Amino acid sequence: MKKKKFDLERTLYAVLAIGCFFLLWWFLTTFTAVKETTPGPVAVLKLLGESFFKPIGGKVITGHLLTSLRRVLVGFSVATLIGIILGIAMGTSRWAEAIIKPIFELLRPIPPIAWISLVILFFGIGETSKYILCGIGAFTNVTLNAYTGAQNVDPELIGCARMLGTSERDIFFRVILPSCTPQIFAGMQVALSTSWMAVLAAEMVGAQEGCGWMIQRGSDTLNITLVMVGMIVIGIVGMLLAALMRTIERRLCSWNIMEE
Amino acid sequence: MEHHGGVTGKNIISLQNVSKTYISEHKTNEVVRDVSLDVQENEFVVLFGPGQCGKTTMINLIAGLQLPTEGKVIVDGKEVTAPGPDRGVVYQTTALFPFCTVMGNVEFGPKSQGMKKEERRKKAQYFIDLVGLTGFEKSFPNRLSGGMRQRVGIARAYANDPKVMLMDEPFGHLDAQTRYMMEEELEKIWEKEKRTVVFVTNNSEEAVYLADRIIILTNTPTHIKHEVRVDLPRPRQYSDPEFLKIRREIEEICDDTL
Repeated sequence: MKKKKFDLERTLYAVLAIGCFFLLWWFLTTFTAVKETTPGPVAVLKLLGESFFKPIGGKVITGHLLTSLRRVLVGFSVATLIGIILGIAMGTSRWAEAIIKPIFELLRPIPPIAWISLVILFFGIGETSKYILCGIGAFTNVTLNAYTGAQNVDPELIGCARMLGTSERDIFFRVILPSCTPQIFAGMQVALSTSWMAVLAAEMVGAQEGCGWMIQRGSDTLNITLVMVGMIVIGIVGMLLAALMRTIERRLCSWNIMEE
Repeated sequence: MEHHGGVTGKNIISLQNVSKTYISEHKTNEVVRDVSLDVQENEFVVLFGPGQCGKTTMINLIAGLQLPTEGKVIVDGKEVTAPGPDRGVVYQTTALFPFCTVMGNVEFGPKSQGMKKEERRKKAQYFIDLVGLTGFEKSFPNRLSGGMRQRVGIARAYANDPKVMLMDEPFGHLDAQTRYMMEEELEKIWEKEKRTVVFVTNNSEEAVYLADRIIILTNTPTHIKHEVRVDLPRPRQYSDPEFLKIRREIEEICDDTL
């Protein structure tokens, strides 16, 4: 009961805040000098609405969206898998840590956009390059979280599993891995967001479609309205993806969430 | 599944001149000094000693989680060199797997031994019922009270059919009321499912309530100061004059060692 009321209050604030944002935007683009350069919310939302029926480039907006989502999900999934393996390896083995960590620390600060040229050089301008760039966007956070998660596994639990006669292989799969899941999930949440952000970089690489491409194309043709449509779509979908990840986390890691 | 009968006279745990010294770069720390102790099958032995003595180390040595610097630990005829399922440990911190349900925790050992699902479920259920947690099979540890968690810990150790049970101050973190209840419960469980138990505590009341034999330890470096046999009929009464007499006796011997 209490919880429901709380949610209603929050929703109200959220609607109000977003409403104020649009109002301010509308005000600035109607009554101030900003209107000379920047389209107002009405124009942007109109183009957004139209884009569901009228193709931009080769596709309507949903087509662009699905393309971008596919690129992100493929890149994100592969990067997550590799990140979990590398992270847990670093967290559980001193050898792996000594070898992988310096390389990882060196590559970590380089943003996806910096990789574009190299990726094109090695993988061309096809879909593979886009997957890789989205993957780079996800990789760091997953790896880092899997690493700290694996480092912080309670040694008493491992001792306890040994006392129960659990094999080392089972200790990995039944103690270490589940112990890390909350941390890995936290990393995946951030990673999905950063990977979604990296879609812009990915679609700078000879793309013909996608949300990032729309922004790129708008920017090239000085169509600021199109840029803003791309931005809004990326924003909304990013928000929804984050919410989806939170829901999955609540399901999977309920054991880790304390009540009240 | 039930091992009825009392102490058989067969030695199941044997510590032979066991010493444990931790050596680090800066200092050596002698924790256990020349302890020899035999525990018979189905005997309930309590290690009783002051706060920071090497009681936990003694448990870890029998468990094989630590190895003695000198001497030998023998369990069921074999020298202990590593952790193993013939020894069940109940931890003060419970050390439950937080990501497993009650059922998942209790069947963890049998599953590790490769027991078939149906069989291990049945077995785990038996011990869940025995410790009084029927209906909580699907709960995660974070939804249980301290006493209930410790019940899971006991059931988990039992479900693996260990030769000996090692209990390291399992009720140390519980409030007094829960503690009394758990002592009574443990006594009942043990009467029903006899095992050799080595139980560590610094609570004299708990020691006299549970023990067949109380081993009184000194401060570090720990060695055996004295041992007291408790022959009172079970279940014992905390306010029985004989009970109080033994309690006072072991407290005096223990204080002497400080």
